[in-house]
Amino acid sequence: MTWGETFRTALEAIRSRRMRSSLTMLGILIGIAAVMLTVGLGQGAQTQVRDQINQLGSNLLIVSPGSTTTTSGIRGGRGSASTLTTRDATALASPVVAPDIARVAPVVTGSQSLTAGTTNWTTNVVGTTPDWLPVRARTLTQGRFFSTAELNDAAAVTVLGSTTASELFGGRDALGQSVNINGTTFSVIGLLNTAGSSTTTDDDDQALVPQTTYSSRIASSGNAAGISTLYLQASSTEALSAAYQEANKALLGTHGVTATAADFTVSSQQSLLTTATATDKTLTVLLAGIAAISLLVGGIGVMNIMLVSVTERIREIGLRKALGATPRVVRRQFLVEASTLGLAGGVLGIALGMIGAQVLPRFIDQPVTIPPVVGIGALGIALIIGIVAGVYPASRAARLAPIDALRSE
Amino acid sequence: MTALLIPYEGSSPILRLVDVGKTYATGSVEVEALHGISMEVDRGEYVAIMGPSGSGKSTLMHILGCLDVPSTGSYDLAGEDVSRMSEDALAHVRNRQIGFVFQQFNLLPALSAWRNVELPLCYSGVGRSERKERAMQALERVGLGDRVDHRPGELSGGQQQRVAVARALVTDPALILADEPTGNLDSHSSADVLSLFAELHDQGRTIVLITHEREVAGSAQRVVGILDGQIETDRQLALAIPSSLASLR
Repeated sequence: MTWGETFRTALEAIRSRRMRSSLTMLGILIGIAAVMLTVGLGQGAQTQVRDQINQLGSNLLIVSPGSTTTTSGIRGGRGSASTLTTRDATALASPVVAPDIARVAPVVTGSQSLTAGTTNWTTNVVGTTPDWLPVRARTLTQGRFFSTAELNDAAAVTVLGSTTASELFGGRDALGQSVNINGTTFSVIGLLNTAGSSTTTDDDDQALVPQTTYSSRIASSGNAAGISTLYLQASSTEALSAAYQEANKALLGTHGVTATAADFTVSSQQSLLTTATATDKTLTVLLAGIAAISLLVGGIGVMNIMLVSVTERIREIGLRKALGATPRVVRRQFLVEASTLGLAGGVLGIALGMIGAQVLPRFIDQPVTIPPVVGIGALGIALIIGIVAGVYPASRAARLAPIDALRSE
Repeated sequence: MTALLIPYEGSSPILRLVDVGKTYATGSVEVEALHGISMEVDRGEYVAIMGPSGSGKSTLMHILGCLDVPSTGSYDLAGEDVSRMSEDALAHVRNRQIGFVFQQFNLLPALSAWRNVELPLCYSGVGRSERKERAMQALERVGLGDRVDHRPGELSGGQQQRVAVARALVTDPALILADEPTGNLDSHSSADVLSLFAELHDQGRTIVLITHEREVAGSAQRVVGILDGQIETDRQLALAIPSSLASLR
């Protein structure tokens, strides 16, 4: 008997007991769907957190002034008198001092009132360098970012976030318009793309100007060289920890302090990510465990039904044996039947999981991401459950003596 | 179709039992169901094995049908000693050399008539189109050419048994083994099935029929009487059943 015929026989047997077959499949179906949804929920939550952190930029290190220590709270003059200067930025940008740091974007910020015509809008004005755009992984919808030449010339140009632009100009085209900041007229040369949803700060409401322009025209005269934050981009993901070490060492050097007296903090996205996803992971493992148990119960259901089926079809087995079916052929027939039940339950379970992944986010505020590999894995698990559940009933069927089987009424 | 009519060529008898015994162990008690059975059946013979219930005729049928192996003695079927064969080898012998007809018909209810008939061919690895063709021929042969797509439930008892006979014929076996084939049929259908056997016999088929009914045994050419696990009588029949056999009932 060929595999094709064995499969056809199995399908006929499943079809002729429709109600029972569907109930058996239901167990596997629910198990697979539950596993897929819990994994999908966990993945969704992790992706969400990762996206939020990656939104800051890729391979990013953030240097902030001040240092949090366990003994004495915050050291240094964070906020009021920044310990970071343009000198630090220049030092870190040097390929000799920090070969693993690809880009440095110093940022100095202040709240300012922007005026366009008769409209007023108070927002964050950010003084930075052209490297800010790639380091923060942002793009422009219109126009261009300011150039190094404009940075060196302290040109009066600005790039606006989408919220800022619409607040100042309404529906009108902001590009090429003028904005007055702190008595200086800036021309709008570019518009930032939206950063997407972010929880803490509104990345879409800001006005970017060259850092030199900021210090000469906007900043209060006493703090012209001060910097609020340094964004560093490592040359690659692998170079991230090397870049971290280099930044720490270089800044300790320029500040002339030891590690215990550091007046700055270097943090990475990874450290943020690890903290944020740790709890999600625990929850996912727990839920997936519960789902796996329901899958196991489904598998036991398949085995139970197959055993009942063998007992019930004892005459059929006897007849098939009398007609020339060897034990191997009988065993294979029941194995194929059980694994077909498992596989069909798996396919339907995946379908239900997919539907759930679409429907569930509408009821709970949580994205569900099901990676394709989970679907393929679920199918494999369903098939394996079917086979494992079929082994014992199939070998019982194969061992039946044809006369005993034929005799039973 | 000539191959269908003369299934086995050779000088030796198709079936030879030498001193066959069968002992069952039920718990601690040993039951001797058969004792010292020796018999031969030649090609083209129509033999009825007759005996009351408990006589051992069912055990003999199981051994003849290679569904069971004898405890002692030897059994040659179509020139092969099958008495010490493995389970797999016996399955092949059943598939190729024996066509079974059972009292309960034993048709699969979910399959149409022709799908039931082709079943033994599935196990001998015959291709799909040839299987269908041969199943159709066999059904035609038993007079059910117009019922090939009917399921067993849609056929009368007599028709179901005809399907079973077609299934026994389809592999072109050396021996057709019928176990109480009329036991579940009314007298009209019984006569119908028995006349089918008579026709098959006329065409050169070897048939062994097991029954407890004298009337049924009477349709055969030779009657072997079994009592208490031993052969009691072995007679060629002329026209009527000898009166001595009547006492066996």
